[in-house]
Amino acid sequence: MKNEWPLWEVFIRSQHGLAHRHVGSLHAPDAAMAINNARDVYTRRNEGTSIWVVKAVDITASDPDDKQALFDPAQSKVYRHPTFFPMPDEVKGL
Amino acid sequence: MYAQMVDTGSPDNQALDAREARFQQRIDDGIRIEPQDWMPERYRKTLIRQISQHAHSEIVGQLPEGNWITRAPSLKRKAILLAKVQDEAGHGLYLYSAAETLGISRDQMVDDLHTGKAKYSSIFNYPTLTWADVGAIGWLVDGSAIMNQIPLCRCSYGPYARAMIRVCKEEAFHMRQGYDLMLALCRGTPAQKAMAQDALNRWWWPSLMMFGPPDGDSVHSAQSQAWKIKLFTNDELRQKMVDQTVPQAEYLGLTIPDADLKWNAERGHYDYGAIDWDEFYAVVKGNGPCNRERLDTRRQAWDDGAWFREALVAHADKQAQREHARAA
Ligand SMILES: [Fe+2]
Ligand SMILES: [Fe+2]
Repeated sequence: MKNEWPLWEVFIRSQHGLAHRHVGSLHAPDAAMAINNARDVYTRRNEGTSIWVVKAVDITASDPDDKQALFDPAQSKVYRHPTFFPMPDEVKGL
Repeated sequence: MYAQMVDTGSPDNQALDAREARFQQRIDDGIRIEPQDWMPERYRKTLIRQISQHAHSEIVGQLPEGNWITRAPSLKRKAILLAKVQDEAGHGLYLYSAAETLGISRDQMVDDLHTGKAKYSSIFNYPTLTWADVGAIGWLVDGSAIMNQIPLCRCSYGPYARAMIRVCKEEAFHMRQGYDLMLALCRGTPAQKAMAQDALNRWWWPSLMMFGPPDGDSVHSAQSQAWKIKLFTNDELRQKMVDQTVPQAEYLGLTIPDADLKWNAERGHYDYGAIDWDEFYAVVKGNGPCNRERLDTRRQAWDDGAWFREALVAHADKQAQREHARAA
């Protein structure tokens, strides 16, 4: 069959309250079949309470070559973390 | 192993170019390679061969045990075997997905398997003659697979490593259900125990061969180890398997079919007898007991499912057209 089924990325929410996490991908002719297949391929051991499927072609990803430009600037901004500010031991509730 | 004798291509004669040196440095530093990262063409091709061969082994590996699903001795054993075989289908799918991230299509891989261009593990070309074979496969074959696959969870290619983590979790169940089955037979009647011994006799040597040729004849090993897509040599893994399995066989009260097998206190390992490599190469070249039958079964299943795959596509197309008409 040269009419290859599209690739879907599969996201599973493992427990109520947690975010959906990417677990892998699979091929399926449409979204309903993708959910069916994802249930068999990725949730055989109670891994999930909810499944999202997204066509892989619909995902836009950052370019690995842009890694420095995108992520390096955050490295110098240590004051964004609470641990940057030493607090007096005597003061509580901070 | 599930991927045996994977060709790494021929190295370039000139020194590594700067990009390749940087790539190797990343691997040496333990940084994972991801699909969009630059990689040498030989690394990509080698991984495609290795991962797809591994995937094909999972898929074809369903067949020897699938043979016993309808004849399992109890509903409990049948449910367990069904779950185990279903897992193997899942392993194949995780691995095909990992291979696709390297730029080969699923259809191409399926084609390569069905035309005989791609290989799968030699072990699945042996027949399952009795129910005890199902136990021996779980214990010895899945046991050996775990030995090879646990280190691969730390291999250099991200999608492969992540697939291996899922696979390894499930393999532990496969090995245990196999040993549990062997235990039940060995605690049963003399005839049941004899059946277990017979299965061990037939599966022992093919299981040792599964790790691939001895290190001296393993031409592509050094490159694969540098790339961290092979973390132990064939002989190292084979020795580990023997050392682990001998006490397990003793507990069952079974005898390993090797007159030369004995503990070597000096080495701290079991010595074992010579492996019949002619048999291994015959099986790899397509002349094992079941090579033809396995491929025929695969092709038949693929052809028999064609109408269903086509119907799913027709349905999906029709739905998409309706959606389109409604939006217009
Ligand atoms: Fe498997
Ligand atoms: Fe398995």
